[in-house]
Amino acid sequence: MEICRHNDHVEISELDPFLAELLRQIPASGSPDGVAAAEQRLFSSPANRKETELCAEWKMYVEPELRRLFQSATETVAADLEQLNGNEKSLANRTLRIPAKHADAWLNALNQARLVIAAKNNFTENELGDHFRSPIGSRRDLSLFQINFYGFLQEFMLRDLGV
Amino acid sequence: MSALADSLFELRASYVSVSTMSREPRRGVGCRAQSKETEGTTHVLDETGSVTTAEPTKETHSEEDFDLPWQVVVHNDPVNLMSYVTMAFQRVFGYPREKAERHMLEVHHKGRSVLWAGMREPAELYVQQLHGYLLLATLEKIS
Repeated sequence: MEICRHNDHVEISELDPFLAELLRQIPASGSPDGVAAAEQRLFSSPANRKETELCAEWKMYVEPELRRLFQSATETVAADLEQLNGNEKSLANRTLRIPAKHADAWLNALNQARLVIAAKNNFTENELGDHFRSPIGSRRDLSLFQINFYGFLQEFMLRDLGV
Repeated sequence: MSALADSLFELRASYVSVSTMSREPRRGVGCRAQSKETEGTTHVLDETGSVTTAEPTKETHSEEDFDLPWQVVVHNDPVNLMSYVTMAFQRVFGYPREKAERHMLEVHHKGRSVLWAGMREPAELYVQQLHGYLLLATLEKIS
């Protein structure tokens, strides 16, 4: 896989099928799927639970706005990822172009995915800090790799797009 | 509802704070204006515009403690990237990079950092923006 910045977009080329599939999973990975821990992480409490009125108002008025914001980011990313759709048997050497103006949506969607995956798997801080864990031998290892891969993309966008 | 009824303000002998908040439609509670004296008589201007006088009490609170300063606190999260958190602080608070990084490192090392303090309404807006970046942010009343 190669990733480089152009004037108005980021280009991810020579994508192997595995990484292409991980990219295609970004929108779905950001969905809590009814897992309470993931839902609570995306929509965390705005104050101590003792502030019952504030928390209740937040849930009623602010949370729907946040849901719309997150949904909008996910839809933008899903639309960009349609470049990876196709009938070809192999996704080898596919190229993904991400418009620079979509960088915020990508950062948000990648963060949603990372947080939800971490919450669903209940990863410890030590596990999340272990960037040299290999090989991928379980679904849990794969999830950790996914978090790190998405983090790498975030770092690249933050650094090279000057977001 | 009159413009006065839409606002809540409070006067004190030693300290004056004025806050005008358009709370609708978030709040269904009535609003009132109140003049408060620490050791003296309390004069309350109600929604109809009439003034009532109440006997001194030990301590009188407004319906909610909007006059108290609040602080915006960001808590540590092992998932969010340091660079991402720094960027969020720069964007939300307009802090220069160095200041944003200092706060980010404080969150990282101490578990939390106070990013801002002031009236409740802007504090709520800051927390909302920080939640938009998926940071763990809370409002805390400064006691």
